[in-house]
Amino acid sequence: MQCQRCEKYPATVHLTQVINGEKNEVHLCDSCAKEQGYMNQEEEKFSLNDLLSGLFHMEGSGSAGKLFQGNKQQQKESLQCSGCGLTYQEFTKAGKFGCATCYETFNERLDPILKRVHSGNTTHHGKVPKRAGGDLNLRRDIEKHREKLHQLINQEEFEEAAKVRDEIRTLEEELNQDKGGDS
Amino acid sequence: MSLEKFMNEAISPWMRHDGPDSDIVLSSRIRLARNFSSQPFPTVARGEPLEEVLSFMDEHFTDSSFREYEGLQLVKMDDLQPIEKRVLVEKHLVSPHLIEDRENAATIISENEQVSIMVNEEDHLRIQLYFPGFQLDKALEQASQLDDWLEEKIDYAFDEERGYLTACPTNVGTGMRASVMMHLPALALTKQINRMTPAINQLGLVVRGIYGEGSEAVGNLFQISNQITLGKSEEDIVEDLHSVVQQLIEQERKARQTLMNRSPVQLEDRIYRSYGTLRHSRVITSKEAAGCLSDLRLGIDLDFLKDIPRTILNELMVLTQPGFLQQYAGESLDPEDRDIKRATLIRERINLEDDN
Ligand SMILES: [Zn+2]
Ligand SMILES: [Zn+2]
Repeated sequence: MQCQRCEKYPATVHLTQVINGEKNEVHLCDSCAKEQGYMNQEEEKFSLNDLLSGLFHMEGSGSAGKLFQGNKQQQKESLQCSGCGLTYQEFTKAGKFGCATCYETFNERLDPILKRVHSGNTTHHGKVPKRAGGDLNLRRDIEKHREKLHQLINQEEFEEAAKVRDEIRTLEEELNQDKGGDS
Repeated sequence: MSLEKFMNEAISPWMRHDGPDSDIVLSSRIRLARNFSSQPFPTVARGEPLEEVLSFMDEHFTDSSFREYEGLQLVKMDDLQPIEKRVLVEKHLVSPHLIEDRENAATIISENEQVSIMVNEEDHLRIQLYFPGFQLDKALEQASQLDDWLEEKIDYAFDEERGYLTACPTNVGTGMRASVMMHLPALALTKQINRMTPAINQLGLVVRGIYGEGSEAVGNLFQISNQITLGKSEEDIVEDLHSVVQQLIEQERKARQTLMNRSPVQLEDRIYRSYGTLRHSRVITSKEAAGCLSDLRLGIDLDFLKDIPRTILNELMVLTQPGFLQQYAGESLDPEDRDIKRATLIRERINLEDDN
């Protein structure tokens, strides 16, 4: 696909803009994208050798395309973490977060980055800390029991299923007690 | 200082023990990245928040013990001389990053040096646990328990969706890097390792030469570790790594057998030449030494050389690094003097075995 502005170079930046409810597709080459303000000068300074910076660069100019409400650059500049003051620009430049709150602040932009780094994964499936995890361990446990219950019912092992059902009840009571204790 | 005494201080106690498959796997390590939820990460924080993390760790964990990891001591990087810091890096107790002018940087080390908790590296905490040989499962189990023990006192930065929150997106999720250090001389000699690397990378694992510049593996020592930390459980990550390491062990054993069958004299010649170099050289670079030590170790594993302990490779790879050499010399040395000192130290070390 050719750049729709200069019609000379291949389009490398693909954006879907939604302005006042109207959808508009934009396909530009690197230099036109820069002139039009879709990519700013800072981003240009990225070292291509730097794997991570490369990843972030891809996020803006990659072929995946992104849906943005309004002007991309404006939104990028206004995004700043309330926890540590890190801006989105600084984050992409260094490739590092500044605090736990950064994850919330930049949450909407993280999926493509995490996918590239972690082979398409964006959510945690590992250990849950005992205290910081709150009742997540308990909820995961209930989830596992429910899956087991389904299996047992499918296999028509009703006696076992009844046992698992009772276990789920106990766990759910425990969960409700935890919640009651918090308030 | 006598060489024996120096070695005793230089070699971590756990390194003296053999573990499963320790003819090929030198060590297994689990590293967990953790952060305090209440403080900005060391990537942006300056001054007070980092001081608070450091003094919290000092207050709660200095002189404490967890299981056999007794006598935890906090060592502040600011209190050390440059050579002492290098020595910690060469023992793999701290990362090179920790000694590069990081504010309020420290490490908490257990007496047996199996545990090292780096404070204010890129993350507030980097918990490391080492085991000799191929013991990934055990390392994971114990590291996780150590982590639970720390969490009793520390409020970790954790998010239901993203897991353990880390300064770098490459560590988020489990925050875990599991790795093994392998000695793969036969796979390196037959260039098979180069062919295997892409397939291993495909599985989300990384093969890296240790001690070398870039991808070069000086001393045929390789580190295999997981790249992905998000979306898989710790157990699954370790299982994947485990099965690849298991295959590498089998391939290495096969390759050694093939070398023995096809060119036993050439192999023996190579081993004895390296042995001769180590015994008699007066000047030796770290690269040449590493190559010879790898051959020597292979000779021990294949029973060509008897009465030399296997751990000599691990030992001398550490001892002949610049930091240790200078500590042994008791003064800073330029590269040429280091090559002389290195040759002396290796000769003395090998002579120690003759005396026994
Ligand atoms: Zn154009
Ligand atoms: Zn932040």
